[in-house]
Amino acid sequence: MRSNLPLFLGFKEIWRNKARFALVIGVVTLITVLVLFIAALSEGLGAGNREYIATLDAELLVYQEAADLTIGASQMPANLTRSLRRVEGVAAVGPVGFSTGSVVRVGEPLDVALIGVQPGQPGVPPVREGVTFSRPNAREAIIDANVAEQAGFKLGDLITVRSVQGEDENSYQVRVVGIAPSRKYGIQPSIMLPADTWERVRAKPAIADVQGAPAFNVAAVRLSDPQQREAVAARIAGRVKDVVAVDLKTAYENTPGYTAQQSTLSTQSGFTLLIGLLVIGGFFQIQAIQKIAQIGMLKAIGASNRTVAAAFIFQVVIITTIGVLVGALAAFGLSLALPSVVPVQFEPAQVLTAVLLLLAIGPIGGAVAVRSLLKVEPLTALGLTS
Amino acid sequence: MAIALEAKHVVKEYMVDGSTLTAVGDVSLQIAAGEFVALVGPSGSGKTTLLAMLAGLLAPTSGQIAIAGRELSAMKEAERTRFRREKIGFTFQANNLVPYLNVQENVELMLQLNRNTSAAGRARAKDLLARLGLGQRLHNLPGQLSGGQQQRVAIARSLIHDPAIVLADEPTASLDTERAFQVVETFAELIHEEGRAGVMVTHDLRMCTHVDRVIHMTDGVIDRIYTSRHDILALAQGEAIHEVPVS
Ligand SMILES: Nc1ncnc2c1ncn2[C@@H]1O[C@H](COP(=O)(O)OP(=O)(O)OP(=O)(O)O)[C@@H](O)[C@H]1O
Ligand SMILES: [Mg+2]
Repeated sequence: MRSNLPLFLGFKEIWRNKARFALVIGVVTLITVLVLFIAALSEGLGAGNREYIATLDAELLVYQEAADLTIGASQMPANLTRSLRRVEGVAAVGPVGFSTGSVVRVGEPLDVALIGVQPGQPGVPPVREGVTFSRPNAREAIIDANVAEQAGFKLGDLITVRSVQGEDENSYQVRVVGIAPSRKYGIQPSIMLPADTWERVRAKPAIADVQGAPAFNVAAVRLSDPQQREAVAARIAGRVKDVVAVDLKTAYENTPGYTAQQSTLSTQSGFTLLIGLLVIGGFFQIQAIQKIAQIGMLKAIGASNRTVAAAFIFQVVIITTIGVLVGALAAFGLSLALPSVVPVQFEPAQVLTAVLLLLAIGPIGGAVAVRSLLKVEPLTALGLTS
Repeated sequence: MAIALEAKHVVKEYMVDGSTLTAVGDVSLQIAAGEFVALVGPSGSGKTTLLAMLAGLLAPTSGQIAIAGRELSAMKEAERTRFRREKIGFTFQANNLVPYLNVQENVELMLQLNRNTSAAGRARAKDLLARLGLGQRLHNLPGQLSGGQQQRVAIARSLIHDPAIVLADEPTASLDTERAFQVVETFAELIHEEGRAGVMVTHDLRMCTHVDRVIHMTDGVIDRIYTSRHDILALAQGEAIHEVPVS
């Protein structure tokens, strides 16, 4: 049965011009790989920056007002915790400090984020394996899944954490009591330490520089009613001097470079899609122009505009679908082949959006070409114009 | 014999730079079923323009054209397209075939357009191609055929769907004389056998050997008609050829 003429024509043309169409499919494939990769990289880098903050067991993050929402610049005196806790609507307050260091492993040391948290308070991630901290001065660590994987640490291991203090690099030994899910911060895998231990281990200008100095950067605040975020944030600003409280999204969007990086990458994605649109549109337009004589002949012998357009649209859909599917598979395969330090992360909703957009560029790019095909007069078959 | 095509006072005018150019001026003619007519005349005399109007591809400025009793101007555009695929067969000077369809598919295309791909129809396509000497070329693509072979495929396509009339614009223009003769001869045979009407536009008077009537146009009007076998052969053999400028 060959009753469907448009499908028959569209398919035959592809089949008898395999090389030419394979080339276009190849272009669609490459564009798909590129778009999906940029999206995955954007997601991976974004997650690497925001993960710890985005998954905090808290609703608000409190900064020193003068720090302008820069975590590194924010300094919180220890007694601030008490003032925050007294604000109506606040259920729990956990001071959180951020620093960097490295852990000793076989081969190169692994750079990590050292995050100081108060046992039992917001900021301590849930553990996937093992237990949580016992007390603020315990020589214990909760490592995130990335550290566990990249350094090969297991529960109960005694690990060596190093940090730069003054002119020296000092080593501290802590025991792994828990392993948390991935909790990257500053694109680094993280190690959580209880408050007092962290204070000793963290990087600082000089080893003696500890007396009464403010230690923590921010405070994670959990609310009695999570819906009351804005009201409580306002109340905190009113009751406690020199601080500002924001929700977690605002918090991670203000980590250094986050917004710039994300918008750079999405601009790149957008441009890649645009290039794809132009390439596909250009290809089909050239195809259409080359086919004017042939289309005129087909219309003269009695092919309807519908038949001509349907055959063409069928080709466009086939080409983009194959190209996008192959591209998506290739991107996925490539991501498996990449070393785990390359921060690509496929987010299903994002991949779906990208794939749908990519599938749309064929028909959109081909729309102009369809118009030119519809405009061809059957009279051209006789070499005349009206 | 039944009238396959009737044109009455057909005029085609173009506006060129504000003045009227008459491409075809007041042409009337009748063609009977089973009759093969040649349309000749100097370049620019309006042959192709007239053919386009007979095919329903170009609307006359005035006058009527009826094919198989149906008035073309009374139809809507889509209806005319459908009428063309059902009742008219075409052979063009160039770009006759779909390059990505093989010989058999190109001929059957006409059946597909008419949603009539019966086994009988397909068998007829094969027979017709065999008659035209293309029995061994059914699966070749147009690019693999000579110009004459391509024209023969186009002739098969123009006849396969049982049209009332077959229109051919310079079907032999790209062929050498020997091949051109063969093509026109077979064309004439098939038209006569199947009782169709045929109109062939040609520059080359020698191609008139096998036609039943020669209509000569000058400046958009019919100025001479040759109907007797004797006159037609004289014309075709060059005795009157000096009257017609070759372009
Ligand atoms: N779209 C148009 N606009 C203006 N003039 C036109 C148009 N189409 C055709 N003509 C004119 O109509 C006249 C007849 O043209 P036509 O193509 O029918 O001649 P012809 O007899 O087929 O010539 P040839 O033997 O060279 O093919 C010519 O003078 C041509 O310039
Ligand atoms: Mg002409």
